[in-house]
Amino acid sequence: MHEWALAESVIKTILGVAEKEGIDRIVEVKIKIGEMQQLEHEVFKTALTQLKPVELEDTEFKIEVDKTRLKCKVCSHEWFFKKEIFGEEVLEAIHFLPEVSHAYFKCPACGSPDFEIVSGRGIWIVSIRGLRKND
Amino acid sequence: MIDPRISVIQDRIKNIEKIVAVSSGKGGVGKSLIASTLSLILARKGYGVGLFDLDFTSPSTHLILGVKELEPVEDKGIIPPTVHGLKYMTITYYSTEEAMPLRGNDFSNALIELLSITRWGHLDFLIVDMPPGIGDATLDIIRFMNGVEFLIVTTSSILAFETVRKLVRMLKDLGVSIAGVVENMKTGTSIIKQEVSKMGVRFLGEIPYDPKIEEKIGNAYELLETNFANSIEKILVSSRLAESIQG
Repeated sequence: MHEWALAESVIKTILGVAEKEGIDRIVEVKIKIGEMQQLEHEVFKTALTQLKPVELEDTEFKIEVDKTRLKCKVCSHEWFFKKEIFGEEVLEAIHFLPEVSHAYFKCPACGSPDFEIVSGRGIWIVSIRGLRKND
Repeated sequence: MIDPRISVIQDRIKNIEKIVAVSSGKGGVGKSLIASTLSLILARKGYGVGLFDLDFTSPSTHLILGVKELEPVEDKGIIPPTVHGLKYMTITYYSTEEAMPLRGNDFSNALIELLSITRWGHLDFLIVDMPPGIGDATLDIIRFMNGVEFLIVTTSSILAFETVRKLVRMLKDLGVSIAGVVENMKTGTSIIKQEVSKMGVRFLGEIPYDPKIEEKIGNAYELLETNFANSIEKILVSSRLAESIQG
């Protein structure tokens, strides 16, 4: 369950930002998760809940999914990731490491493996809302 | 937007005593064979050793070690499986033997993902088998792995060595540690030793060309019995890499 490893990185980053910005109470954190990561949201939320220290006790985590858009570098064709057409082993490999999609995906228009993952990979902290000590 | 993965990379590697990047200017000089054999020798001496194949587009250490049907264990991240006494990480767990072309940004993203989710635990050594050149992998390893030390491989060819010059110059400019330079596949006389000394870098030794080494690929135990492995053992001593590490 590498959802835990990623949740740990989110908590650490939030605490780092809070310290740097002098935020005393973090109210809300918006997180964007790439569709390609295929993270188990419930596992990820459980990990966030269990890993968060007292400083984040009242923090609300809002999670949104970033849809996967791929663009061919050769013919500029754009397409979306369709999970259904891949077997379980390929999906699991992509779950751990979305870049290995370059081993399994080809542009549906020209057949090239030279494509860009425009969106839908990774995990991002979109915003952190909180109150400063003097607010 | 902030990529949170970067924040945990130092935590993931904080219990590693020494990180050694086996690097070169050009490909085909024997980095993977040296990185694999060096790892096996250190493990045989009783050190805790990890081997990380960073040559994502052309990985080969799994072939050298004869690794088949292995995969990492998932436990709040991923735990590299142990092979011949090494904690071993390769992208081939996920890419299998498929061709996987990666542009720079994809390479960096894959590296950040693996560094942020791989739980190495305590290691005396993490040996990193680098792709050739001074591109994304070299820049990213310097960026993310504080304290990394470079062990540079060349052949006797001036073509290979001239690219080593550039690598050494860049590492020196960036203040990155260089363990020294190894001359691999040595036949006859060469100028490498003198040229390395002129650069103010330690020459760690030479490995004579061994036409039989190819037969040992895929068999880690036989690989350790070769003259090639004996030469690397001597290089390990001259590199002083293990001097401060209590195995």
